[in-house]
Amino acid sequence: MLEVNELAVDFTLHHSAVPALMDVSFSVGPGETVALVGESGSGKSVTSQAIMGILPANAIIRSGQILFNNPETGQRIDIAGLDPESAQMRQIRGGNISIIFQEPMTSLSPVHTIGDQVSEALFLHRDASRQEGMKLTEAMLKHVGFPDPARALRMYPFELSGGLRQRAMIAMAMITHPSLLIADEPTTALDVTIQARILKLIRELQAELGMALLLITHDLGVVSNMSDRVVVMYHGRVMEAGPLQDLFSNPQHDYLKALMHAVPRFDLEPGERLVPVREIHSETGALIKQQTADQIIDSGTPHLQVNDASKTYRLHRGSWLGTESRDLLAVDRVSLSVERGECFGLVGESGCGKTTLSKIIMRAITPDQGEIVYHDGNRAIDVRALDNSELLEFRRKMQFIFQDPYSALNPRMTVFDILREPLVVHNLGDIDYQREMATELMRLVGLDPRFLNRYPHSFSGGQRQRIGIARALALQPDLIICDEPVSALDVSIQAQVLNLLKDLQQELGLTFLFISHNLAVIHYIANRIAVMCKGRIVELAPRDLLFANPIHPYTRALLSAVPHPELSQPLDFTAITEGAASEPQLWPAPFTLDGASQTEFLELAEGHFVRVAAGCKPSDLAA
Amino acid sequence: MLAYILRRILTMIPTLLIISMLVFVIIQLPPGDYLESHIAELQSQGESVDEKKIEFLREEYGLDKPLLAQYWYWLTGMLQGDFGYSFEYDLPVTEVVGDRLFLTVIISIATILFTWAVAFPIGIYSATHQYSWGDYGLSTLGFLGLATPNFLLALVMLYFANVYFGTSIGGLMDPEYIDAPWSVDKFISILEHLWIPVIVIGTAGTAGMIRRLRANLLDELQKQYVTTGRAKGLPPGKLLAKYPLRIALNFFVADIGNLLPMVISGAEIVAVVMSLPTTGPILLAALQSQDMYLAGSFLMFLAILTVFGVLVSDLLLAMLDPRIRLGGAAAK
Repeated sequence: MLEVNELAVDFTLHHSAVPALMDVSFSVGPGETVALVGESGSGKSVTSQAIMGILPANAIIRSGQILFNNPETGQRIDIAGLDPESAQMRQIRGGNISIIFQEPMTSLSPVHTIGDQVSEALFLHRDASRQEGMKLTEAMLKHVGFPDPARALRMYPFELSGGLRQRAMIAMAMITHPSLLIADEPTTALDVTIQARILKLIRELQAELGMALLLITHDLGVVSNMSDRVVVMYHGRVMEAGPLQDLFSNPQHDYLKALMHAVPRFDLEPGERLVPVREIHSETGALIKQQTADQIIDSGTPHLQVNDASKTYRLHRGSWLGTESRDLLAVDRVSLSVERGECFGLVGESGCGKTTLSKIIMRAITPDQGEIVYHDGNRAIDVRALDNSELLEFRRKMQFIFQDPYSALNPRMTVFDILREPLVVHNLGDIDYQREMATELMRLVGLDPRFLNRYPHSFSGGQRQRIGIARALALQPDLIICDEPVSALDVSIQAQVLNLLKDLQQELGLTFLFISHNLAVIHYIANRIAVMCKGRIVELAPRDLLFANPIHPYTRALLSAVPHPELSQPLDFTAITEGAASEPQLWPAPFTLDGASQTEFLELAEGHFVRVAAGCKPSDLAA
Repeated sequence: MLAYILRRILTMIPTLLIISMLVFVIIQLPPGDYLESHIAELQSQGESVDEKKIEFLREEYGLDKPLLAQYWYWLTGMLQGDFGYSFEYDLPVTEVVGDRLFLTVIISIATILFTWAVAFPIGIYSATHQYSWGDYGLSTLGFLGLATPNFLLALVMLYFANVYFGTSIGGLMDPEYIDAPWSVDKFISILEHLWIPVIVIGTAGTAGMIRRLRANLLDELQKQYVTTGRAKGLPPGKLLAKYPLRIALNFFVADIGNLLPMVISGAEIVAVVMSLPTTGPILLAALQSQDMYLAGSFLMFLAILTVFGVLVSDLLLAMLDPRIRLGGAAAK
């Protein structure tokens, strides 16, 4: 169906040609799924743009062919030779080949209705009257799982959740029944349970319409569950290609092997380390001294305690007639305690309240009720009661690592200024001390201190995240809240940063509160894990216990939705059901959570708690 | 949304009230009042001053009362449609302003239409042909427009219009129509004269708008949803009109609030240079001679126009952009 032969694409930057693709060849047969795997910058998206004829203006196809067999006309066309704006190419684009993009929010126009945007390709490529077209669109929206497709036609993208937006995107690509669908990281921005549902949907539609799928992803778990054949790309070249079985059971190329070792898996041996593609070395120095375990003051109290914290947001929704408002309980009576020196994992899907909770702990948001107690070894500090000067002093004990390494660093400050800023704010040391400290911090996160005078834009995502970590360590805090620190990073870089965090925790005796939506990451780094859903903690257990014996239906749903990069553990697509897993009202008794029911934490085993209806006994759950 | 519109209109009341106070204070800031500057003028011309008459006038106009009372008198008068009395012209303010206000509005609207008609296509061309010779050429012209002082342009244009088209210098119509009743010929004469002030007043605004539209559109053209549209196979023209232009419109509408006061205040100075029968020259004279009710009414008129302009642009924005109309904000 599609044959790419020795494709080469150049980008023109500052009047010189930079090769983006070199000698790329692969083919996709009818009804087949081919996965294009690689990290960002490997050229996989450029490949898809070349096939669609939507390369950016400064890119040109230098040589090669993209042969497409149009099943409708039976013609064989070389897309590489067509003018991207010609009528013939426009007919193929959207009519015979469609694409799903990664970011469902920015890929949809904010000011046009879903119905308008989804039906657009249909009216362009197929003969359909206005009425028929809207009917087909409604049917397609229903097909991709919109609960109320007639209403969805008139809704705008910002009124939909991320999962529904991606479904609208899929409906948009499928409405013309294309013979080839290109899915460019279709689930990267989504939660695991939604990811599983979207993958299931794509598979079903593919089987039904007999369409070929070119799946572009960096997630080996998705690859192993979706594809028939795999093409591995690195730096604009194809490294390795072949059937899924062969590649996964017997990877030949070093890059693929390295990639497979870098992915956190559930079956890692205790103490086994991930092997990043490029290892980094962290060094402590004179100012930031190594702390051994016995140097940590153990006063027998937890390091951080959250008691009964709640936060309600008031949401307003406008219409021409007025504004309705409703309350959203973002954090609902959450209690937890983090022990000194441990890594406490908080896992949950987007919107479950985990970031709100972290902000409450940092005192960036005022909770409606509840208590946050920090023990510094000598005394307990009530974080909510601190006045401004005490709060400033307290900030030195607890620091934060942010999710997005791009927006977390001020682009107008040099790395030196960024690392020095916390010291300046707290009036610590003179300029010589601050320079010494910044140098040590750079070594600590494995960066060359000579880079101190550079600006953030000259660093990669992983390096920026390390600068963010270094900044969090500048005040030598005891507790660090890491809010999704690796979710914006590539797999190989993710392993690097995770290892760094692990090492730092050990060497400096830090306590981590680690927030993530990625269960594999949490599994790799955390000692104890709390599972959060809709503002409540539903299950809390030491890591091994939680993964070996998950009790709560939500935890189980989360675990079963994770795609493993192992051929032996395929996703059970039949078990994936629509919606029920993350709706507390729909959980079976005794787990049901609605406004009326009283629930409590039931201790099943040492340290393993699960939220059940009041009065429930461990024996009731065995059944 | 209905509540929003109501609230939006209600908030205009205190806004205008505060503006009226500011206007009044500003008018009163220079020392003395109209009568004092009138006496000074008479004396400098060597004429005698009738103390009794001055005393009578001062009482008549309430100038001997405290400031607050004068303000109250002016404010309540305005609410009843009485804008006070012009000392200079010895006429009620409404009669002095009358036609001039109408002509000002005509010039302003024409200028805004001119600005849009010119800025829109050029802005789109510049953005879609970024770094082409056309873009560079139009940008240079735009910068020239931004940098040329209005009054200079006015003089140059008047000269050329007179030499090549035989248009009479100054004014908005040929001299024989001034004070004549409205007729078709008078209207045509106005149109003949109108284009010069419109171009002169509009140039700077047009040039600025081209730059902003270009920058805005360039931003939008990079957005992912444009690529999505391209991937559907939309032809380039349709793609441009449906997605990026539609969103760039937002800023266009938002600019109305900005444009109105700019055009009107720009018009005042040009009007003096070109001796247009609009409000500009009178306002200047009224401020100089401390003809307080006349000046105050003018300033209030400007303020009301601005506040309304912003209201109109806000309402249009809500109509255009569903995120504003339907979206709500989460309270912290």
